[in-house]
Amino acid sequence: MDWLSPEEWTAVALSLRVAVWATLLSLPFGIFVAYALARWQFAGRQIVNGLVHLPLILPPVVTGYLLLLTFGTQGPVGGALAEFGIVFAFRWTGAALAAAVMAFPLMVRAIRLSIEAVDPKLEEAAATLGASKIWVFCTITLPLILPGVLAGAILAFAKAMGEFGATITFVANIPGQTQTIPSAIYAFLQVPGGESSAMRLVIISVILAMGALLASEVLARRISRRVSGT
Amino acid sequence: MSLSVQLRHSFGSFTIDIGFEAPKGITVLFGRSGSGKTTIVEAVAGLLTPESGRIALDGNVLLDTQNGRNLPPNKRGLGYIFQEGRLFPHLTVRQNLLYGGFFARGSGTAPKLDHVVELLGIEALLERRPAALSGGEKQRVAIGRALLAKPRLVLADEPLAALDEARKSEILPYFERLRDEVSVPILYVSHSAAEVARLATTVIALQDGRVVSQGPAIEVLSDPMVTPAGVRAAGAVLEARVTAQHADGLTELDAGGQSLFLPRVDRKVGTRLRVRIAAQDVILSRAAPHGLSALNVLPAEVEQMRPGDGPGTLVSLKTPAGTVLARITQRSASNLGLSPGQACFAVLKSVAVAPQDVG
Repeated sequence: MDWLSPEEWTAVALSLRVAVWATLLSLPFGIFVAYALARWQFAGRQIVNGLVHLPLILPPVVTGYLLLLTFGTQGPVGGALAEFGIVFAFRWTGAALAAAVMAFPLMVRAIRLSIEAVDPKLEEAAATLGASKIWVFCTITLPLILPGVLAGAILAFAKAMGEFGATITFVANIPGQTQTIPSAIYAFLQVPGGESSAMRLVIISVILAMGALLASEVLARRISRRVSGT
Repeated sequence: MSLSVQLRHSFGSFTIDIGFEAPKGITVLFGRSGSGKTTIVEAVAGLLTPESGRIALDGNVLLDTQNGRNLPPNKRGLGYIFQEGRLFPHLTVRQNLLYGGFFARGSGTAPKLDHVVELLGIEALLERRPAALSGGEKQRVAIGRALLAKPRLVLADEPLAALDEARKSEILPYFERLRDEVSVPILYVSHSAAEVARLATTVIALQDGRVVSQGPAIEVLSDPMVTPAGVRAAGAVLEARVTAQHADGLTELDAGGQSLFLPRVDRKVGTRLRVRIAAQDVILSRAAPHGLSALNVLPAEVEQMRPGDGPGTLVSLKTPAGTVLARITQRSASNLGLSPGQACFAVLKSVAVAPQDVG
């Protein structure tokens, strides 16, 4: 990677790390919330639905500021977690949290749609054959929604790679700590002569985004062929 | 093994309030659509909780609303055959078949995969996925999947309704074998008189959410007062034995010492089978008919007459072959002077008996 300066390379590696962790750690929650919204009738369902979608419609700066208030070292949650040595503020973990929160609505939407497409009669059939609720989910629902889960994860990954507003508000723009690709592009564009660095990062962004999209298309097609059995 | 069901449930103004016993063999819940059949089966399966009721399989209580006991479907030891198959699309036929056995470790009787596969003739399909199966093949796999779950109770909700006549006659023999081979009760939902006539050991006739008659199949089907599927579908069932295959394409049967001639029935001489005689295919005559094309003439005695709402009347007749139902007009009944105890002759055209009515 000679054509990238160490500073640029650091931003790329950090972005990948942030996006991978943000996607993987939010995936179980995403599946759970999507399942609850799609299949359970409970009081406050619309409120949960609204909360999940809030980051999609709020200005990212507002989301970042709310994260800072909540998860900052002075914040109620951040303060409590700091006791256990878990710190988000101005760390790469904070960037991952911001990315995960911003990407969550996209992930939940995609997974929820695929859960709603699964015929509950198949799940009933599995129950009559002796499968408990958890087994029904693991052996019937989850395999059938796999293409949707994958689509949601890829979408979330792409969103996490590109997250800027909430990240820079919550954890600032510290090279090596919280400077992801978008923050780095922004920083390079603020200094004279930074255009070529910015351009290289732009190209990498495009390649990573396109690569993720293509990979998900291929995988999703293969899985859905297996799932539909044709 | 025997299943006892008591339940009460309302949907708006429609109330189901029934009680019945299902012994070993096939018990058919027989009635029109909307008579509450599927609701009853879903309640037995635990997919629907009735407002009140008690469902028990021998000593094993599956549901008792008074004690607050309500086993979830996965703990009821079921083999449920659905109308639309409901095979799992992402699993192969083999994986579908083995699905229930995985959860039923150690309980119930365990038929071998090979045995069930052979019984249903699905060897060639094992590695395929459901999308690559025909409707009849899917239904056979669904039957196999239910049997391999080691059930203590088999439920079949109109398993043939989605199939055409040819596929139906392909699957019916498997249910007959099931009735004769499997020791657990089979609760079978149907609105088809032909299916009931061929399969049922016991019939529970349902109308508007109530049991109007229950008992051995031949008794319930020959009762003119009980027509759960409407008078058009009324028809009694005779038990007969194949006595000869004639060269002109007819099969001769013996029913209570009377010869019956039917279009070719592909069974060996000596085979016992049931013949359903549709009430509207029977003609009555006061005098012994002569110069008639119909081959089957049974001496009969009128037992009961049930005038319908329209111009028809349903007559039950005692014959040496068993009870036969005839649907004639009220005008004919009065012209012939028919009344209970009256002797007459029941005439049946051989070709009126369709292949699906024999088995």
